[in-house]
Amino acid sequence: MMNFLSFVTNGISLGSIYAIIALGYTMVYGIAKMLNFAHGDVIMVGGYISLLTATMAGFPPWLAIIAAMVGCTVLGITIERVAYRPLRNAASPLAVLITAIGVSFLLQNVALLLFGANARAYPAMVNMPNVRMGGLTITGITIITVVTCIIIMVVLTLFIKKSKSGQAMLAVSEDKGAAQLMGINVNKTIALTFAIGSGLAALAGVLLATAYPTLTPYTGAMPGIKAFVAAVFGGIGSIPGALLGGVLLGIIEILATAYISSQLADAIVFGVLIVVLVVKPTGLLGKKIQEKV
Amino acid sequence: MAMLEIKDLEVYYGMIHAIKGISFVVNEGEVIALIGANGAGKTTILHTITGLLTPKQGEVLFEDTDITKVPAHKIVSMGMAHIPEGRRVFSHLSVYENLKLGAFTRKDHREFQDTLIKTYQRFPRLEERRNQLAGTLSGGEQQMLAMGRALMSHPKIIVMDEPSMGLSPLLVSEVFKIIQEVSAGGTTILLVEQNAKKALTVSDRAYVLETGKIVLSGGAEELLHDAAIKKAYLGEV
Repeated sequence: MMNFLSFVTNGISLGSIYAIIALGYTMVYGIAKMLNFAHGDVIMVGGYISLLTATMAGFPPWLAIIAAMVGCTVLGITIERVAYRPLRNAASPLAVLITAIGVSFLLQNVALLLFGANARAYPAMVNMPNVRMGGLTITGITIITVVTCIIIMVVLTLFIKKSKSGQAMLAVSEDKGAAQLMGINVNKTIALTFAIGSGLAALAGVLLATAYPTLTPYTGAMPGIKAFVAAVFGGIGSIPGALLGGVLLGIIEILATAYISSQLADAIVFGVLIVVLVVKPTGLLGKKIQEKV
Repeated sequence: MAMLEIKDLEVYYGMIHAIKGISFVVNEGEVIALIGANGAGKTTILHTITGLLTPKQGEVLFEDTDITKVPAHKIVSMGMAHIPEGRRVFSHLSVYENLKLGAFTRKDHREFQDTLIKTYQRFPRLEERRNQLAGTLSGGEQQMLAMGRALMSHPKIIVMDEPSMGLSPLLVSEVFKIIQEVSAGGTTILLVEQNAKKALTVSDRAYVLETGKIVLSGGAEELLHDAAIKKAYLGEV
C-alpha cells in the first residue's frame, strides 16, 4: 500500500511537469492553431541555460532559473517570428507543422554541437527537505513541482479570464478575423502565447532536470512528445485539460513502470491515449459547443 | 464632408479580379447602401476598407487619411467599426465579454461603463443574457450582440455586412429599425445588403454592384422606384 501511494505521488510529480509542458502545446494550438513540435526542445534549452549559468557563471539557483526563463521566452518569440509567422497564411497547414519538426531538429543539433552528446550532471537547483507522512516519504522536489504546477495553473487561468491580453487570446483563438476587427493585434497576441509557453517550458526543464539529474541534447524530446499526448488526452486547447491530462499521464506511466514493465510503460501510455481518443475524440475536457447559425 | 472615400479600388483574390475599379463616397451622417447579388464583391469592398484585405490598386481615405495599408486592428481606434457577415460573435465567451472586446481599444473605464449602459438600454435582451455564452443566443440575439459590440468602440462610422442575413422577417425589421436609430444618433453607416428593398428604405443613397463594378448609383428613394432595380433586385415586375 505504501509503495502504491509513493508511486502515485511520483506520478503526480512527473505528471505536473508534463502538465506545465502541455500548457505550451495547448495554448499555442488553441490560439495559433498549430502544433509546435519544437516545444519539447525548448525545455532542453532551458535546462542547459540554467545549468551553464549556475555552474560556469556562478549564478545562484533562483537567478539561473530566471535566466533560463528569459532565455527561453526570447527563443520562443524568435522561433515564432522567424519560422512560423511567415507560414501563417500558407496554403497548407502542413507547412508550419513540418517547419516545427525542422526547428526541433535544429535545436537538438545546435545543442549537440555546442554541448556535445555526453550527458551532463545537473546540480540540484532547488533544495527542500523530504517530508514524511506516516510511512510515506515525499521528496522536496515533488512538493516544489506540484506546488509550482498549481500556482502556474491558477495564475494562468486568472490571467486569461481577467486580463485584457487574456481576453485577446480567447478572441484570437476563436476567430482571428473578428478579433482584428475588435482592434486586437493578432501577431502580438500569438507572440505573447509563445512567450508564455516557452517561459513555462524553461521552468519545466529545470524541474525535470532536477528530478532526473542529467541533461543531454535529447532530454526534451520524449517529455515533449508525452506532454503533447497529455494535452491531447486532456483535450487540446483546454488549460484544465492540460493539467488533468498531464497528471493522469504521469500516474499511468509510473504505475505501468512499477507494476507491469518499464519497457512497456511508454507503449501503455500511448495505448491509453488511443483508447481515450476512440471513446472521446475531443479528449477528456475538450469541448465542442453546438453553435447556432 | 466626405468621411470615407474609395478611389479606383482594384482587389484580387489570387487570380480572380474581384473588384474592378470602384470609387464611391460616404459623407458624414449618411446611411449608404451597397446592394447587389451574391458574388458582386460587396463583402470584398468592406474587407478592403477595414484592412482585412489589401487592394492591388486604389485608395481608401478615412477623414482624409490614407488607410489603404493600415492593418485591420488599427482601424477600430481610428473610429471605424465593422460588423462582419455572419455576425462572428465569440461564441465561447459571454455576452458581456463580447461587449468588452468590442471596447478593446478604449482605455477609459468610465467611458466604457457609460457605453455599456447605453448599449444595454438599446438592447435590453443583451443585459438579460449578459452572462450567457454568445454561442447559445438565437440568430437575432447574436445580430444584436454584433451590433452592440460594434457600438462599444464608439465609432464614427459603422460598416455592416448583411445584418439581415438568416433572420426572420420580424427580426429583419427590428434590425433595420436599430440601424435607423444608430444613424439618428449621429453615426455614419455603410451598409451591405442583399435585401435591397429594406436597405433602400433606410439609406440616403445607394450604389448598385454587379461583378465587381458599380453599375448604378443615386438617391435611395429614386433607386427604389427605378424600373431596372425593381426588376433585378426587388423581385417586382
